[in-house]
Amino acid sequence: MSDSPVLQIVDLRKSFGALSASDNVNLEINAGEIHAVIGPNGAGKTTLVAQICGQLRPDAGTIHFNGQDITAVPQEKRPALGLVRSFQITSIFPDFTALENVMMAVQLHSGHSFHFFADAGKEPTLTGPALDFLRVVGLEDAAGNAAYALSHGQQRRLELAMALALQPKMLVLDEPMAGMGTEETNHVIALLSQLKESVTMMLVEHDMDAVFALADRISVLVYGQIIATGSPDEIRNNAKVREAYLGDESLADA
Amino acid sequence: MLLFFEQLLNGIQLGVFLFLIAAGLTLIFGIMGVINLAHGSLFMVGAYAAAAATEWTGSFALGIVIALIVSGLVGILMELVVMRRLYDRDHLDQVLATFGLILFANELMTILFGRTPLFLNVPAILNGAVEILPGVQYPLYRLAIIAMGILVALILYVIITKTRAGMLIRAGSTNRDMVAVLGVDIALMFTLLFGLGAVFAGFAGAMAGPLISVEVGMGEQQLILAFVVIVIGGIGSVRGALVGALLVGVVDTLGRAFLPDLLKLFMDPASADGIGAGLSSMSIYIVMAIVLVFKPSGLFPVAAAGR
Amino acid sequence: MGSIRTSVLALAALVFALLVPQILSYYGEDYLIGSASRIAIYALAAMSLNLILGYGGMISFGHAAYFGVGAYVVGIASFHLFDGSTIFGFGGTDAALLSWTLAVIVSALVALVLGALSLRTSGVYFIMITLAFAQMLYFLFVSLEQYGGDDGVIMYNGRNTLPGLDLSDDTTFYYVCLAFLVAFTVLVALLIRSRFGKVLQACRQNEDRMRALGCKVEHYKLATFVLAGAAAGLAGALNGNHAEYVSPDYLHWTKSGDLMIMVILGGIGTLFGPIVGAAAFLLLEEFLPVLFDTANLTEYKEHWRIVFGPLLILVVLFARGGLLGTLATIGGRNER
Repeated sequence: MSDSPVLQIVDLRKSFGALSASDNVNLEINAGEIHAVIGPNGAGKTTLVAQICGQLRPDAGTIHFNGQDITAVPQEKRPALGLVRSFQITSIFPDFTALENVMMAVQLHSGHSFHFFADAGKEPTLTGPALDFLRVVGLEDAAGNAAYALSHGQQRRLELAMALALQPKMLVLDEPMAGMGTEETNHVIALLSQLKESVTMMLVEHDMDAVFALADRISVLVYGQIIATGSPDEIRNNAKVREAYLGDESLADA
Repeated sequence: MLLFFEQLLNGIQLGVFLFLIAAGLTLIFGIMGVINLAHGSLFMVGAYAAAAATEWTGSFALGIVIALIVSGLVGILMELVVMRRLYDRDHLDQVLATFGLILFANELMTILFGRTPLFLNVPAILNGAVEILPGVQYPLYRLAIIAMGILVALILYVIITKTRAGMLIRAGSTNRDMVAVLGVDIALMFTLLFGLGAVFAGFAGAMAGPLISVEVGMGEQQLILAFVVIVIGGIGSVRGALVGALLVGVVDTLGRAFLPDLLKLFMDPASADGIGAGLSSMSIYIVMAIVLVFKPSGLFPVAAAGR
Repeated sequence: MGSIRTSVLALAALVFALLVPQILSYYGEDYLIGSASRIAIYALAAMSLNLILGYGGMISFGHAAYFGVGAYVVGIASFHLFDGSTIFGFGGTDAALLSWTLAVIVSALVALVLGALSLRTSGVYFIMITLAFAQMLYFLFVSLEQYGGDDGVIMYNGRNTLPGLDLSDDTTFYYVCLAFLVAFTVLVALLIRSRFGKVLQACRQNEDRMRALGCKVEHYKLATFVLAGAAAGLAGALNGNHAEYVSPDYLHWTKSGDLMIMVILGGIGTLFGPIVGAAAFLLLEEFLPVLFDTANLTEYKEHWRIVFGPLLILVVLFARGGLLGTLATIGGRNER
């Protein structure tokens, strides 16, 4: 199981006009690891995530997930395969309560949504697991609160709970700590290292403390190209990476 | 064959009207992100203004000029009073508020001019026909409309591609904030642009006066056709509006003229007439559906069109 | 709390609706029962539109098409019965059970085809396309000379027949319309709390998120579109019976606008909003002209729309949430 990579990206290319957002990207993510993808702004991280999750179709190259070629699989069919994402900009259902948000994910995971008459809010098969996932991210007390009224940090955790409710084999986390305070960041770091037991993760993140605290391996993306992949120590001492991050103290300090 | 050529020209002439209406509508949507159902009312205002002013001054040319001024002013007034409050609203609010505008405009015209349609005569100088091909006489007035349409399309092309205002229009449609940063008075630009769209629509209405009866509700017919044009051409694209307008004009005209006869080759005359009439009234919508299936964002999609 | 209050109010409204014929006859205004039927019919149509517009967030500007198709099915069936002729080899009928069922099925099918095409797009395209397709059907019926073209079909046999009930009796007909309205209200109430309804509302709030969660958004939207089309078709069938007359006016684009206004006026995305909106709209239509009388502007009476248009603009600009929302705000409660 640990031999074959969960996610295998081969020669991925995507360009927008003259801009090459993915320039021959090759990336392997192994089962059970947290694989961080870092890089300066505009390096093509978001484009890469969008292709992995099916929002964008690559110009060339392949993406395999658990040995299956998913390059052409539509976005909405990927979660059923176990490939689930979170969004960089908080993406929730603002008018639903926190519980209803997670219940929606549980419901979609169950695959039974053409039920027209039974009150979904009273189905224990939805509320039970949804509450469990809220508990995992520490939001059980806010279950009844409207999602739009939650704090930013709470919304980020809600987002995570929704992703977990799809029971993914692999989570693609697009800047899960974006806009969080130190305390909340630490909370999420603890949460993710706990989840590591059960889920493979690809972590796109700017917060280098978080990256170096969590990642088993790190890939560095610059101008659409992966310039290095390795353990946190290897990356920290890689000359090319230092050059790309010249002046970025957070990397040296971490 | 000669009849076909004549109908083809009729189709192009209808296309010119549709282009004049659709061009303003698509620009306003592309740049301000607002859908304006009352755009058809500007067509009506132009037609009424031309009819009334021609009657009053006795000169068709003067009537047209006054119609342009009136519809431009009405458009600017519309923007200042209602439309600018809608830019930040969702489409539903825009649809409803401009629907309210239509109700108001139609009723106002009924009060001012009554329910009896007005009729405008073709001006003497454009009366008569010319022989465009050996044996084909074609009304001079309709030729003039086609010429006017080509002229407006050219002017619009020059404005958008060659002038500073056009640059701002293009920039504004992709990035409103950036244009604001450039120190351009966005509010004023929007008002003027709206006025320009109103002038086009009013011009179409004024020119249409002698061909169709000037009556309340005449604008909405054209508006819905203009929507079909825009859906086919791609929202925000003036080029798309031109191609779409000509396509809709020609398909509609030729369908009505020839479809029943064409069907008579396959079926008995009575049912051919019935089905032909039904089919030809649906023809442009069928074209729209076909375009939708293959190119959901129109023939000339504008990448940055705000949804 | 709020839901208890709503239930009590709804129950009171139902009791009132049941007593409308008695109240009208007490005041000697029996002829107004027709208006009451109209309100029930349009409430049904507006409620079906609210399903896609309010809960699904799809701005359809062509809902009158399904209203009209339903009405024409009834009208055409009645026409062939009177005429003794056939359509597709079948004779006409005035049996309500058959005719109305057919109306529902045909309008659902039309909604399926037009919905599948329209839902390939979104945003302002969707608005224009639904409007255009509705206009297409409008012109189609105008071109049907056999069914009166512009003038439409008069149902010479009168209203349809229903075993055990005399639909030609206006009070009976009112109760039938009311029964359909109540049944559909219960259906919608159940639907919006069901798994399906939750998916629909989630799609409105955040379509991208639904896709990322693995939801085939289009399927749910189309299913709702078809359901709404079917219910609008039923409303159309009822309205055809009410007027004993069907014409292209049923599908006119202003009719789609009217239905939208009813939904907005009452309160979009609320269960009872469309009913309140339909009642308010139709009462306004009847009493705005009367207002002109009292203001000594009788000569302008027929031009009541000159007031209604700006009124609509003001509601859109300043009274978001419609009548129900505004009442709730005034009452100091924020109902979600």
